[in-house]
Amino acid sequence: MSAVESSDQDGAHQVSDVVVRFAGDSGDGMQLTGSNFTEATALSGNDLATFPDFPAEIRAPAGATFGVSAFQIYFGSEDVTTAGDDVDVLVAMNPAALITNLKDLVSGGLVIVDTDAFTDKNMGRAGYESSPLEDGSLDAYRVVPIDITKRVVESVKPHGLNHKFAVRCKNMWTLGLVMWLFDRDRTATIANLRNKFKNKPEIADANVAALNAGHAYGETAEMPTGVEVYKVPRAEVAPGLYRNTTGSEALAYGLLAGSQLAGLPMTFASYPITPATSLLHTLSGLKQFDVVTFQAEDEIAAVCAAIGASFAGSLGVTSSSGPGISLKAEAISLATQVELPLVIANTQRGGPSTGLPTKTEQSDLNQALFGRHGDAMLPVIAAATSTDCFDAAIESVRLATQFMTPVILLSDGYMANASEPWLVPDMADYEAFPVTFETNPEGFTPVNRDPVTLARVWAKPGTPGLEHRVGGIEKNFLTGDISYDSDNHQKMTDLREDKINGIANYIPEQEVSMGETSGKLVVVGWGSTYGAIHQAVKRCRQNNLDVSHVHIRYLNPFPRNLGDLLAGFDTVLVPEMNTGQLVDVLRARYLIDAKPLNKVSGQPFKIREVEGAIKSLLEA
Amino acid sequence: MNAPILSDKDFASDQEVRWCPGCGDYAILKTIQKLMPTLDVPKENQVFISGIGCSSRFPYYMNTYGFHTIHGRALSVATGAKIANPDLDIWVVTGDGDALSIGGNHTLHALRRNVDLQILLFNNEIYGLTKGQASPTSKVGTHSPSTPDGSLDMPLRPCVFALGAGARFVARTIDTEAKIMTPILRRAHDYKGASFVEIYQNCPVYNDGIFEYIKNKKNAAESRLILEHGKPLLFGADNEKGIRLNSKTLKLEIVTIGENGITEDDIVVHDETNKVLAQMLAGLKTPEFPEAIGVLYCETDVPSYTDEVYQQRIFVREKKGAADMNALLRTGHTWTVS
Repeated sequence: MSAVESSDQDGAHQVSDVVVRFAGDSGDGMQLTGSNFTEATALSGNDLATFPDFPAEIRAPAGATFGVSAFQIYFGSEDVTTAGDDVDVLVAMNPAALITNLKDLVSGGLVIVDTDAFTDKNMGRAGYESSPLEDGSLDAYRVVPIDITKRVVESVKPHGLNHKFAVRCKNMWTLGLVMWLFDRDRTATIANLRNKFKNKPEIADANVAALNAGHAYGETAEMPTGVEVYKVPRAEVAPGLYRNTTGSEALAYGLLAGSQLAGLPMTFASYPITPATSLLHTLSGLKQFDVVTFQAEDEIAAVCAAIGASFAGSLGVTSSSGPGISLKAEAISLATQVELPLVIANTQRGGPSTGLPTKTEQSDLNQALFGRHGDAMLPVIAAATSTDCFDAAIESVRLATQFMTPVILLSDGYMANASEPWLVPDMADYEAFPVTFETNPEGFTPVNRDPVTLARVWAKPGTPGLEHRVGGIEKNFLTGDISYDSDNHQKMTDLREDKINGIANYIPEQEVSMGETSGKLVVVGWGSTYGAIHQAVKRCRQNNLDVSHVHIRYLNPFPRNLGDLLAGFDTVLVPEMNTGQLVDVLRARYLIDAKPLNKVSGQPFKIREVEGAIKSLLEA
Repeated sequence: MNAPILSDKDFASDQEVRWCPGCGDYAILKTIQKLMPTLDVPKENQVFISGIGCSSRFPYYMNTYGFHTIHGRALSVATGAKIANPDLDIWVVTGDGDALSIGGNHTLHALRRNVDLQILLFNNEIYGLTKGQASPTSKVGTHSPSTPDGSLDMPLRPCVFALGAGARFVARTIDTEAKIMTPILRRAHDYKGASFVEIYQNCPVYNDGIFEYIKNKKNAAESRLILEHGKPLLFGADNEKGIRLNSKTLKLEIVTIGENGITEDDIVVHDETNKVLAQMLAGLKTPEFPEAIGVLYCETDVPSYTDEVYQQRIFVREKKGAADMNALLRTGHTWTVS
């Protein structure tokens, strides 16, 4: 929380930005608490970013440190692009949540704890030898100890819930308190609760009662000195209609929008895998649109069904995370060989293998660029933020359908789960790219091509007179018949490569996100590092450092001016949540001495980590 | 306008057929090319989709839409194509290695889902295109380059597998018997759901003569149990033998009419809708028994997966109303910044 700027006549403090983290057992409802607080915060006009961070276990044993689920939100009156470096307010529902999250709390930060959860058993399980509430280990912070469980049970008593169900309302009690602390309106949350529990009105009533009781506690109880209502001024954001969205939701909508712009029905075939599954959930609930969803028996069946759908004249889309993409690799090469459109959405997670299924990483770039047999080039597009997933998905559909090629669309667990306010797009602002199917039998071969883009014709089954075969075997350049001729294979391989490289002429030139087109240092990012790099470069530029930010969306082919642009800087810094994948490609492609900055902790970059790297390079 | 009358030649592509001389695939190709003009489906809606292996070259030789995909995955590609366009009439051509080894999972799921496809499994009990290794249907003791001292693993029987997976239409036929195969394929085609047809197919190079016991006309009367719905399960040169259910052992057994007081009333009457019977028939094996040829099982009045997908969609559309992208983007809580 930035320093107190002023106090208004009610005695409320004004602050410019705050980071709040809710932490508790994975069954404590912290994600629900966080998402409701996010909505209330957005409605109050602050800019915000969130970071849901939860374990892979659905219901870990109560009180276990590995079962702690957290939801962080950063909100403020200026542009917010990350979930924040340090936590100002920590809500810890039990000792495990306290011990695992305290290290991120700023000195003097606020800790709200449920004292009822600090039993000897829970403290022992978390690894505390003595009570942190009594042994002075929290002296550096402002602690608000409240017997939350007892008060919750008390507040929901009139609604006749048994003890177990009553205790479950403690997340709403706590939310009520935090809403008081930041002067939030409870109306939207109450509506959400009534809707969520519409078939169990007594549960809805109890949760609303708990929410109101927590809020009332803030208003009436004697709080420690300095704990009072904080007001965060509205952010200055572009006018228009807003909503919150997660990356995963925006990506699903983008695929749908893309298929509409292409004038195609979509067939979405997928197999459940964390953190990609929510795409399947979202799209399977939208059957009123021209989309068919198919939960296949495995990853291979999913990608193959999508390819079959494209063969039949639909837009085939499949999705997964890293391990599942590995399984799809053979079929993706088939799609490059038969030159059919296909979008493969990879929501990256920590790897290798099962790795960190619920944590974020950017370690599948090499896989996307190179992870196939044969010379199987394809376009690779990366979304930069949760809301950007919408446009990145549309662009993937455009390239897939205009160039008859599979396209890999990269997002990651961080942006898939994190939500941010979204200036709702208007479809009228998007240019359509309608697909034209071949219908003329005159001179038809399945390898007839657009002479400029090199895209082959798309003749779908059901079209009279265009009966033809496609397949994995190399085909003759002129007829499309199978061919093992050596010169022909050279020619076809060159052609496939030329087609993909030529896409550089149909994508925008690389822009500079912030700063100049030349100078001492450029920070080059891709994907969800956008927010941290943006803030770090902004802060450094405010300190008059010569640094710019370039964020690459098109990872293959690169924008045609990228090499020249990077050559205009003395130093290139490439922060990535992997061990250095883009940096190697840039070094190889442009023969530049790009410097890596790598992090693979399952957590996004902090602003100060990027800032530190910038400063040390500029001071060197 | 009347559609032109087509012949088998209209369904032959201009590609040179590259199977080995004497391969059973030639006979199957010819039978299917002759069948196609007699089906009530526009030529442009016919699609052949295959995996990898000798049999999977099939689509290249059909003058229809075709897709030669990757090893084991033909059924997945076909499922996607059928979901995307239910008007297509899709034939999947696969082999014993393709459908039961690398693609076993997809065969299981296409059958249990009941995707409306004709699945033709050319069973030659060997890997031909990789030069003769034992396959999942090879008999125990098969000598091959990968099993020089004889194969050890138990083979599976495709029709038994299909029934176990929940297939609703299961049939078996022989590569060179066009008269038997044609009506079976026609019924497979007419069936709305996944129809599974195993075709005994001779590989003259790596497994020659493996089905001689049943293909050879001299043995046919003793080795073939020709199935006809509603007819008793009789075989032998004069139809003097039959299949009886032993009520004590619950097993099928061979009896001779006229011996030990056996009459035709003792013989099991074939009932395609009886799954228990189908499973017993699918398991009959030479030399102990003749082998069942014909439609083993046909469960009617079951909706296909593809039909269900579209029914559900119609239901949802009636409930939710017209789709509007801009409206979807504006669902949930929104707020206006002025």
